[in-house]
Amino acid sequence: MGHALLFQGIVGLSEAMYLWLVAAGLSLIFGVLRVLNFAHGGLYMLGAYFAFAVSRASGGSFWMALLVGPLLVAAVGWVMEFGFLRRVYRAEVSVQLLLTFAFVLIFDDLVKLVFGPVYQSPPTPAALSGAVSIGGSVLPVYHLFILGVGVLVGLGLWVFLERTRFGLVIRATAADREMACALGVRSSRLFTWVFVLGAWLAGLGGALSMPVRAISPGMGEFIIIEAFVVVVLGGLGSLRGAFLGAVLIGLLHAYGILFLPVFELALAYVAMAAVLVVRPWGLFGVRET
Amino acid sequence: MEAAPGSAARRRGAGAALALILAVAVLLVPVLGGAFLQYLVLNVLLLALLALSFNLLFGMAGLLSFGQGAFYAGGAYAAALLLRAGLPLLPSVLLGALFAAALAAAIGAFCVRHTRIYFSMLTLAFGMLVYAVVWKWTDVTGGDDGLIGIPRGRLGLPGPMNVPVETLQRYYFFTAALVLASMAVLHQLSASPFGLTLRAIRENAERAEFSGVGVRRTIFIAFVIAGFFAGLSGALLAPLEQTVSPGTAHWTKSAEPVMATLIGGPLSWAGPIAGAAVYLGLKELIVRYTEYWLLVFGLVLLGTVLAFREGLVGALAGWLARRRAGRA
Repeated sequence: MGHALLFQGIVGLSEAMYLWLVAAGLSLIFGVLRVLNFAHGGLYMLGAYFAFAVSRASGGSFWMALLVGPLLVAAVGWVMEFGFLRRVYRAEVSVQLLLTFAFVLIFDDLVKLVFGPVYQSPPTPAALSGAVSIGGSVLPVYHLFILGVGVLVGLGLWVFLERTRFGLVIRATAADREMACALGVRSSRLFTWVFVLGAWLAGLGGALSMPVRAISPGMGEFIIIEAFVVVVLGGLGSLRGAFLGAVLIGLLHAYGILFLPVFELALAYVAMAAVLVVRPWGLFGVRET
Repeated sequence: MEAAPGSAARRRGAGAALALILAVAVLLVPVLGGAFLQYLVLNVLLLALLALSFNLLFGMAGLLSFGQGAFYAGGAYAAALLLRAGLPLLPSVLLGALFAAALAAAIGAFCVRHTRIYFSMLTLAFGMLVYAVVWKWTDVTGGDDGLIGIPRGRLGLPGPMNVPVETLQRYYFFTAALVLASMAVLHQLSASPFGLTLRAIRENAERAEFSGVGVRRTIFIAFVIAGFFAGLSGALLAPLEQTVSPGTAHWTKSAEPVMATLIGGPLSWAGPIAGAAVYLGLKELIVRYTEYWLLVFGLVLLGTVLAFREGLVGALAGWLARRRAGRA
């Protein structure tokens, strides 16, 4: 039983890492741009499809796919922000939501058009397939790898935001946009880069998920809802909250399947409702004004 | 821009005349058109009602609900179960809508504590909770197969009015009458003190609170009313299709009233109705040429958002106002 619990825990945590990468980008973009990007799940999906395409084009190189796929998604993010989103920053929230929603529809159908509506399931890279035995428990290598990448990205983001000048500017803008602009922050360029970074994170999540989850045009619609639950749980705009929220949801799903299979799908929402009763602004969020 | 005295009254009169003409046109459809047209118009009416329910929260109170699908599905499943149990049509549909209102009360208790983006995300997440329940609770909901073989049955009024409503044409009149009556109620509601209070909350919730409005309570009531009419729309769908599937609760269904409303324009009362007609008309047109209709629709939506922010009806009203101002 102990081994099964550990195994399920690792599976849950690795699932949490995709969610964390998507939620991190979503939260970062919301924190700085004040735009809730509905198409973030779409960017995650594009990450998986681009990685799949790159892997096929480069003769099955997983590393190439992992490097280039997310960069292509970042480029799509640039087009979204530079070409469209920046025209509606002054508009109402609903206009911004609707604009990003239009991209959800466009991405979904474009992917169907180019890759076909069927599930694709590429193989796990040879170096990361198989399992290792740790203390008598047999754990899949790829899940441990994802866990490592997720934690590394978390640390990288932390260093970037807390220890670099650009990170300082991002935090300042998130805290008080008008003051930051008054002090000379060029917000338009900053917004573009933050959006591109957020898109890259979602793309990385998608690319990482490619070898273990089946890729399908609907995959973005599912993860975006989970990511919303995660950021509501953790507090909108808080990366720490997004990480812990993702871990919580990942573990809930993993152990939910084990112990409460019928309620597994509903558990995440119940957790969210419970947190909202106690702390409506989320675990690490700032109280709404 | 000063309006000439009496022009508001004249515009109201014109609006009422237009509404009457459209209502008569809707009721004439079965006489003039075949099954296809009746089916299409029914779908437009049901989406229009769903969009109006959404816009009760959005256009008036400024709250964007992304979870109307939950109440739509709630109404549809409840009515379907009652009809399958042998209850007549009218009580099944009304009880279905009441069930949706009860569901809205339960979910609304959580959601009305929040505004703006939190409200949108919460309604979305609770909507997906309902979806998850519908999907998993196979014994009652049929799981991913949904419920099939839903009869339309008898109307359920006492005496000679208790006619069977099995044919599409009869069902058309039944649905059209209920939807038009609901629209009239919703229109009265928007002009009532309650509607004005909701608008006051949208403009400035703090100020409304200071002038003695119970903001949360008012929003809660609006949420339940919106749930009722969304549920009514769903309850009317179930006997029309004679099946219900979990897709009715999915968030992509919840997005339809949002899009219809934004296409038509949330600030004009009739906007969601026009938007529903344009949305389904466009869909009908686009699917004839390509299976990728969502792609085309996404592009149309992108253009609409960037070009006409106030929606089609808003843009039309603005154009008329400019023309009138130019003539005066």
